[in-house]
Amino acid sequence: MAFKIIASQCTQCSACEFECPSAAIKFKGETYVIDPNKCTECKDAFETQQCAAVCPVPKTCVPA
Amino acid sequence: MSLPMISLDSLVSGVSLEDMLAKAGSGGCSSSSCGSSARPEDMDEAIWEKIKDHPCYSEEAHHYFARMHVAVAPACNIQCNYCNRKYDCANESRPGVVSEKLTPDQATRKVITVANEVPQLSVLGIAGPGDACYDWKKTKATFEAVSKDIRDIKLCISTNGLALPDHVDELAEMNVDHVTITINMVDPEIGVKIYPWIFYQNKRWTGLEASKILHERQMLGLEMLTTRGILTKINSVMIPGINDEHLLEVNKWVKQRGAFLHNVMPLISDPAHGTHFGLTGQRGPRAMELKALQDKLEGGAKLMRHCRQCRADAVGLLGEDRGQEFTLDQIPEEVTYDPKKRDLYREVVAQERGDHIEAKKAAEAIVKDSLDARPMLVAIATKGGGRINEHFGHAREFMVYEASPKGIHFSGHRKVEQYCLGGWGEDATLDGVIAALEGVDVVLCAKIGSCPSDQLAEAGIRASDAYGYEYIETAISALYAAETGMELLAASA
Repeated sequence: MAFKIIASQCTQCSACEFECPSAAIKFKGETYVIDPNKCTECKDAFETQQCAAVCPVPKTCVPA
Repeated sequence: MSLPMISLDSLVSGVSLEDMLAKAGSGGCSSSSCGSSARPEDMDEAIWEKIKDHPCYSEEAHHYFARMHVAVAPACNIQCNYCNRKYDCANESRPGVVSEKLTPDQATRKVITVANEVPQLSVLGIAGPGDACYDWKKTKATFEAVSKDIRDIKLCISTNGLALPDHVDELAEMNVDHVTITINMVDPEIGVKIYPWIFYQNKRWTGLEASKILHERQMLGLEMLTTRGILTKINSVMIPGINDEHLLEVNKWVKQRGAFLHNVMPLISDPAHGTHFGLTGQRGPRAMELKALQDKLEGGAKLMRHCRQCRADAVGLLGEDRGQEFTLDQIPEEVTYDPKKRDLYREVVAQERGDHIEAKKAAEAIVKDSLDARPMLVAIATKGGGRINEHFGHAREFMVYEASPKGIHFSGHRKVEQYCLGGWGEDATLDGVIAALEGVDVVLCAKIGSCPSDQLAEAGIRASDAYGYEYIETAISALYAAETGMELLAASA
């Protein structure tokens, strides 16, 4: 279970990178990418996925 | 009035340092007021020290000093209905718009490059896109690196206020003495129409709750800054039908909590910008509507009227943007700060400024003598330095002053398309200029042709280049005195 970022919609604002409690998000090449091996969907940490909650563009951080 | 010994133009337009030194050396000082402070009589010395070189906090300083913004903090913790975070265009000029985001290291190199080239530079701001307090690590890293090299640069941030209370102590430690908070409401019911959501304490909040939290954090942040003696400017976006009248209330609240300046800016709204307000047809206010609201706010928290709503990566004097000269690909890998140009410019400005202040006082005295005269709006074409020194056709904006028996007050600016391109005037553009000058009685510029002058006259606006290169206030007072049938005394000597 993991989230992913729709690269074409991402504004590269970087908010998800520092909000992610699992350090699963990194800037790679031209966009931010979620490492599916590290992403926990914020289970046991927060009520909602932090990347999706802070992302300024609707439907850009979504379940993979 | 006396002409400057060294023209400020010559200092800033590509002359070598040797030229500048030679001119400075030969100049001497002819003014009786040389060395006198430009500080207004009703202002505390400590506050004047903080704002005298800050173009955004002092209308007087904005004729001489320049700011630059670096877009290092792109992450934001709220969504506003006038902002579209995907937007990015080099030809657009408005807050939040930026062409390239920078890392703190890139930003530091850019600031040093600009400081070496643009002697007017006095302020470094971090003002979006994004929120400087929310994306705090990058803001802090940039300020620390820049102030290590350029010790006298003023550091300045702009924030929505939500994360502000968490960083006030660090701001004070870093000597950030100017903070702008955007406050569009003090009533969460109104906030609901402006803010669809906020991200706070690891959660997205919507509706009334979101606006309530934002409001409380803004007020807390403002009070904390005031307690620490950090000067605050409150930016409010005037959104007709949503918060226009409400801004009277906002002004009262922020004044009570110690705000130094209140800057009411018009909503910029266009469907092409892709913002919620743009797409739903919410209009921005007209120039005279904005002025009417600002006039109602007089007497409350002091108003900033010279804001140009610049891009988040703007470089230069307010009203000009040299950002395109300093894009990342033009910045060297290794840069070393050289303070010579900035130091010399400050010396020359100190002389020129004293002279300007004396001229201003004389001008004020003239208009204050004109009892019972009606107010007059005068639009000025200027390139900076406080003088009428721009051709009508080259102006990208006009600075509007109101002269009345109360004095000469800067009222606002009107942005226009340049009328004259490559030697030819465009009729369609002139129509736009005339529309932008709504309510203005007289235009003063360094030069104007008979054709545009006649067309302005037909629209009821008189234009003149008779006062070219004079100080703005000196010219307005002479004009006002002539208009109101007064005897022009020897005050312009």
